[in-house]
Amino acid sequence: MKNTTKQWADDTLNLALNKVQATVPMDLQIKGMHLFQKARRRVLKRPPLPPLVETPLPAVDSLPLEQIDVTSPFLYRQGLWQSYFQRLRNEAPVHWQGHTPFGGIWSITRYDDILAVDKDHARFSAEPFIVMGEPPEGLELEMFIAMDPPRHDQQRLAVQGVVAPKNLQEMEALIRSRVQEVLDELPVGEAFDWVPRVSIELTARMLATLLDFPYEQRHKLVFWSDLASGSNSATGGTSTADEIFEGVPDMARQFTQLWHDKAARLAAGEKPGFDLITLMQSSPDTRDLIKRPMEFLGNLALLIVGGNDTTRNSMSAGVYALNKFPEQFAKLKADPAVIPNMVSEIIRWQTPLAYMRRVATQDTVLGGQFIRKGDKLVMWYASGNRDERKFERPDELIIDRPNARQHMAFGFGVHRCMGNRLAELQLKILWEELLARFDDIKVVGEPEIVQSNFVRGYSKMMVKLSRRTG
Amino acid sequence: MAIIRYAQHGGSTRDVSLTEGSNLMDLARVNAVPGIDGDCGGSCACGTCHVIVDAAWAARLAPPNAEEDRMLSMIVDRQPTSRLACQIVATAALDGLRVQVPEHQF
Repeated sequence: MKNTTKQWADDTLNLALNKVQATVPMDLQIKGMHLFQKARRRVLKRPPLPPLVETPLPAVDSLPLEQIDVTSPFLYRQGLWQSYFQRLRNEAPVHWQGHTPFGGIWSITRYDDILAVDKDHARFSAEPFIVMGEPPEGLELEMFIAMDPPRHDQQRLAVQGVVAPKNLQEMEALIRSRVQEVLDELPVGEAFDWVPRVSIELTARMLATLLDFPYEQRHKLVFWSDLASGSNSATGGTSTADEIFEGVPDMARQFTQLWHDKAARLAAGEKPGFDLITLMQSSPDTRDLIKRPMEFLGNLALLIVGGNDTTRNSMSAGVYALNKFPEQFAKLKADPAVIPNMVSEIIRWQTPLAYMRRVATQDTVLGGQFIRKGDKLVMWYASGNRDERKFERPDELIIDRPNARQHMAFGFGVHRCMGNRLAELQLKILWEELLARFDDIKVVGEPEIVQSNFVRGYSKMMVKLSRRTG
Repeated sequence: MAIIRYAQHGGSTRDVSLTEGSNLMDLARVNAVPGIDGDCGGSCACGTCHVIVDAAWAARLAPPNAEEDRMLSMIVDRQPTSRLACQIVATAALDGLRVQVPEHQF
């Protein structure tokens, strides 16, 4: 009886919530939720998460296995990640750390184990989130990367056509001309910051194109993406709950407007475009997405994060890695036909998203460890891509590495990155156009690294170009 | 000698001699047949060894299992006889099997 009453109450509340979600403008809902959460924090006397303060992390050799914690957002920045993960791969490839700022975490660090977990969506669920911690309370965006089949499949199928190879073929000339524009404006012989001038600029242009978003406002897409992926509670980044709550209403308003504009133009007889919003409006599974705000915003946030941090940081990583391994730069110049393989190798070497999270749906055993139903597992792609068992001399960039394509930066299984071909295409074009113009791209000074346990990125990288002669 | 025939999008074909117990993805890669990536190394986890089996042959193969079917369902240009080459085990009975390599791997 009690259960039925509770069920009835839940159903009624959900019905009411859905009604509100469908009728009150999305940005107002989010502002309302922000006020509610602030009030709730005051009542519960729970202060918002304070900013994370960076302190030097210990050398991994000084720690007993059970004290190793690889969740710090400073591990990569401090240059310690390779030693930490190498130790785990060798001594505890399925490693439990019960006390991290993000809760208890199983770290999966070997290539084969990661592949096994990634493939097994029945045993290891991608719900509710694929980042380590939780997003701000009240702002739990829903996205298909964090849904299991069959819901995942419907939503992904609705949008993946935008990055299908046929569509990309049609976009290639446009992408190339935009790369050329950006590169032609770069200063030669003087130091400048590669990250905003090239990596961010090119990805912003690409995102605006895919979304058919107002081109002159394209930098907002980057801002929102950084806000979403930089949540301090979710990834150890620098965005606080308040900052995210303050930024998201603008995103909600603009995306809602974009959706309605599109629908109106379509209704007025305009030929349907081949952008993400149009695709969503043309599929029965996502046609009403606008009425499910958390899903609507979630999926758009997913697509901008998916197309932003990843490609951006691979664009910076290629330059950085070729400076660390100059003999590879020489090899590239001698044989530009190696570019497609080099692109895969750069993605392996960088692994711009360090991991994806799963939750065990049942008690199970993995790598000899007993994993309980409900435990969080983190598949460290960044570690799998440096697994000595899979890749020879894994820490080196080897642009003609025979098995570079087998990197796991795109993930495996049903959640495999759907933008992989677009990413490869963008990077291929970038390197073709760079080689056509410049003889050298010298990194002058160590790059600055993003604070995150999820995004492995560069926030600043000063470079100096020299023009190609002859 | 038993062979598998790979037909390319452009119209050319390649006959590859069949090694029993191998699979159609590995055979293609070992013999450098273009257009088959096999990024996950044959684990049925990436969908980049998509081929379209000749209709006459399709019914003679064991149908795809649930795992393969799910990966296939994410391929944009899936055809009724689409398969993942890594999941087709090469046996002497497949001598002469013709598969079409799609224009693109997704």
